[in-house]
Amino acid sequence: MKKNKLFQSKYISEIIFLCGVIILWQLFYTLGVDVLSIWKAYAMPSPAGVLKSFGLLCQNGSLLPAIGFSLLRGLLGYLISVVAGSILGLLMNCFPYLHRNLRPLVMGVQTLPSICWVPFSILWFGLTQQAIIFVVVMGSAFSIAIASDNAIRNVPPIYKKVALTMGANSRQVYREVILPASFPELISGLKQGWSFAWRALMSGEVMTTCIGLGQTLITGRNLADINQVMLVMIVIILIGIFIDQMFFGKVERYVYQKRGL
Amino acid sequence: MSLILKNVSKTFEDAKGDVLNNINLEIQNGEFVCVVGQSGCGKSTLLNLIAGLEKPTSGEILLNGKRFDGPSANRVVMFQEHALFPWLNVIENVKFGMKLASLPANEQEETAMKYLRMMQLEEYRDYAIHQLSGGMRQRVALARALTLDSEILLMDEPFSALDKQTSNRLRAELQEIWLKTKRTILFITHSVEEAVYLADRVIVISPAVNSIADVISIDLERPRYVYDEKFVDYRHRILEEVQGNTGNEKK
Repeated sequence: MKKNKLFQSKYISEIIFLCGVIILWQLFYTLGVDVLSIWKAYAMPSPAGVLKSFGLLCQNGSLLPAIGFSLLRGLLGYLISVVAGSILGLLMNCFPYLHRNLRPLVMGVQTLPSICWVPFSILWFGLTQQAIIFVVVMGSAFSIAIASDNAIRNVPPIYKKVALTMGANSRQVYREVILPASFPELISGLKQGWSFAWRALMSGEVMTTCIGLGQTLITGRNLADINQVMLVMIVIILIGIFIDQMFFGKVERYVYQKRGL
Repeated sequence: MSLILKNVSKTFEDAKGDVLNNINLEIQNGEFVCVVGQSGCGKSTLLNLIAGLEKPTSGEILLNGKRFDGPSANRVVMFQEHALFPWLNVIENVKFGMKLASLPANEQEETAMKYLRMMQLEEYRDYAIHQLSGGMRQRVALARALTLDSEILLMDEPFSALDKQTSNRLRAELQEIWLKTKRTILFITHSVEEAVYLADRVIVISPAVNSIADVISIDLERPRYVYDEKFVDYRHRILEEVQGNTGNEKK
């Protein structure tokens, strides 16, 4: 592997830090469980236990499908949110009446933790995939709607004036000016929408019996296997970071760099 | 091209802009007209009315004998802020107006390069906007405004946010371009020196009445020299009008 300066300085120090955290965790476990017996072994995960759990889940082949199904479900729900959310945001932007009256409502609903939608979704869809996707959509569509409305609203009016005095019609103003001008903020909104979707997905998954990370987590609880619970939590975090950094982070950095922001 | 303003007045219900009262003005083809006045006199309102960004409360504005409704590419505006689009590079910004008009790609390229060359910016064609200095940005904005060959070019204090040296250089360049292309230009400024340097006619708007106080024809050879005796005379005379007194006050 090519070793450049960035890799050495940033990633190496991060990896060393993480190793330190894991060593501390192991020490903490050894001290608290093995030496002083403050906690029972079944209530406290250990790095070694999590690693063993990882090996086990890989061996019986349940981890990869769980990740795959969760990602698929999350992605599908997220895509629906993006479409529904941006349409809602655009509508709120185009019609002052909706902006005045609907937006406060959407803001309010957005603050609702996604788990609150679970009773509804189970009543409407049963313990199914659709129920989970419904929770995901409810969890992120409203935040995307608010973010896209804001992004459009924050476009400096001078850009619109320039386009108008150069002969743009209203469709061209939207396509050539407002859309590209609001893009950086739109991306941030979509990124936040994804993190809401990913959280909502877990709320939905722990409620149902479909294969997925949420279900693997609940299985861990049912088997009183705290290491499996911990493992799933770590996987959820890693996937969250991965998508945030590898997809949204890259797009964001590209857009910002190109515009000198 | 002819532009006529007849008894044009503008009031704002929400005090969003400066008022204008009873403006009568005629701008000839190929003329360079500067509008000066203290802040709050309504000179930017005048530009916005002609651009079609605002509608007159009463009176009428006729372009080639016809009323217009809203902004259009035959009255391009160049603003104080360069207002270049940060998501486009230099050449794409210059082409923007022609792209709106769906001109053929090779014509867009040719015209854009012609004006970039005129601004001595051809080697910056692929630069991002944030890589340019303030003066260069304003020159790109000028190139963008020129590409559309509009009937009249409206300029709203385009050089006032720049440092003195850069703005002096740009106004000299603008004069050169005007001499070459003979475009009709309406130029808003608060700098009397700039107005005397550039204009065929200087319109003074008084903040006391929010209307035209005087129109002064500048009868000087071009290119003009700011330390020329006649230039200084014009400058003093107009400065006094702008300040609304007849004393010997100097800026």
